[in-house]
Amino acid sequence: MSGVGVLDTSLIAAVLAEPGRVAGLDAAAWSVLIGQARNAEMLGQLHARLSCAAALHFAPQAARRHLDLAWQLSMRHREAVRWEVLHIARALRKLDVPVVLLKGAAYALADYPAAEGRVFNDVDIMVPHAAITTVEYALLDAGWIPQIVNDYDQRYYRRWMHEIPPLEHKSRGTVLDVHHTIVPPTSGVVPDANVLLERAQPLNGLESDRLGMFRVLAPEDMVLHSAAHLFFNEFHKGLRDLYDLHRLLTHFGDVPAFWTVLRRRAFETGLEQPLNDALQHCARVFHTAVPEVELAQVVRARSWRGVGALRDWMLRRALLPDHPSCTTSSVRFARWMAFVRSHWLRMPPGLLAVHLLNKAFRSEA
Amino acid sequence: MPEGGFVDFEVEVRPPGLARRFLRPQVGFYCDGRAPFKPLPRHQAFPMLEWGLNWVISTHAHDHLVLHAAVLERDGRALLLSADPGSGKSTLCAGLVHAGWRLLSDELALLELSSGRVRPVARPISLKNESIEVVRGLGDEVELSAVCADTTKGAVAHMRPPADSVARRAEMALPAWLVFPRFTRGGQLSVEPVGKAHAFMEMVRHAFNYGFLGASAFDALAGLIERSETFRAGYGSLTQILPEIDRLTAADRS
Repeated sequence: MSGVGVLDTSLIAAVLAEPGRVAGLDAAAWSVLIGQARNAEMLGQLHARLSCAAALHFAPQAARRHLDLAWQLSMRHREAVRWEVLHIARALRKLDVPVVLLKGAAYALADYPAAEGRVFNDVDIMVPHAAITTVEYALLDAGWIPQIVNDYDQRYYRRWMHEIPPLEHKSRGTVLDVHHTIVPPTSGVVPDANVLLERAQPLNGLESDRLGMFRVLAPEDMVLHSAAHLFFNEFHKGLRDLYDLHRLLTHFGDVPAFWTVLRRRAFETGLEQPLNDALQHCARVFHTAVPEVELAQVVRARSWRGVGALRDWMLRRALLPDHPSCTTSSVRFARWMAFVRSHWLRMPPGLLAVHLLNKAFRSEA
Repeated sequence: MPEGGFVDFEVEVRPPGLARRFLRPQVGFYCDGRAPFKPLPRHQAFPMLEWGLNWVISTHAHDHLVLHAAVLERDGRALLLSADPGSGKSTLCAGLVHAGWRLLSDELALLELSSGRVRPVARPISLKNESIEVVRGLGDEVELSAVCADTTKGAVAHMRPPADSVARRAEMALPAWLVFPRFTRGGQLSVEPVGKAHAFMEMVRHAFNYGFLGASAFDALAGLIERSETFRAGYGSLTQILPEIDRLTAADRS
């Protein structure tokens, strides 16, 4: 039943997989391509992909303008992330605590291809659970303030989540998420955060003196975190996150040992399901070079009937860009399912009920 | 936009859902299917379209420094009026348009980074509260839309821009004057030059994408300030200020 007679890939995904396709696009198709890329927050990545494939010149001038502006924006973001990370370094240097950069900031500072053309909405860091209070106070001292002041939400984050409530810098307006692990403990999946920290790697940057305190997750853990983040969540930027995974897998996958360690770490962390989802959908959408033996593993692990087929139906739709050209009523329904599912995965039913009741009856302050 | 068939943004103003078509009817503004704002009551559809279009421009036109300013042109030279909301900027803009200046924009000055020229966005002039009647009083030839009485910004009406301004909307203009107008009820006319550094800092405050563009915004703004005469103008009526603007802009016109 999966995907019969339904467009389950988008123009933007098809072009990122095969940039040569833009040669045949007319002006109307370019409008759709640019619109999809913009709503998926992937205009910069599209520029990078076309530029790398020497296909930028196919873009009509009006489309090219959007691509060039997005590329410039991504360069500005790159600078801004580095600047922000330097401020974090200044605030935390004296603590002698290992600080791991996560997601976008990690890709940017480690100079991974996943950062090319990407924009960043916040900076995510991870520190040992035992150090989280010290780190939070040091950040408050340095001008970050909690975005959330509501008591219930504050408690909710601290008691149940894998991060403390987001902090916003009072003058720069930038948002910082401080994590102590990579998935919400309430999801029932509890990777050993100490192993993640031990396996983390230093940055091979030129500024290793000033940024020397920062680490990034080991390649395998970075992929697992990215997969968990995507497949435990609501797919708001589903396609963008899937493309991140594609770029990470392509970058790390050259080393054969990577795939073996990746499988082992998925087993150890309990993140096999999100990994299998990531491999399946990366290969389907972006033609990622996943080894045959891994794809066979994905197929073995899947149930193709009942819930498994429903998951597949939902994921194919939820990973489409949020653009009118893709948004049919079945896509809308799949998104709603993904939203409900993300809450279900993150919390046991009792806690979810309490959480939803609290949200429903709260008077908006 | 020119370019055969390419569409930059698809925008629409429509009911947010089936229920809101009938029950306390509302409209939402959508850009490529996504809604940047909460819906408004249906009769505010036109102001919503205007605010939506302004949002699209100020959040995407990053090959321009986007300034909160009205822009007018005469003899190929542009006059920028920049001020906080409620200072009488749009009223003065309407007055100048009525006096024969070409309208480039009543709200957004799009300063092209590459050339330093202002790109027109010749659209209806948005008037608020008392200024609606002031502009209506300019003459019978002024065409105003129906008044939308209860928006978050108060009463809003739109003045039709002159056909000539709309026809020449591709014609850019180089800035020559920058004026900070300030209307006060019963106020006296006072015009004084403003130092370049002050004018620069004031305009940083009125730029939508200054931080975003970084060094290129600084250069563009420095270019604007450099080539413009900068004034602060306090006044209590259009009859005081209009001849004064004429005098200021005629003084160095050759």
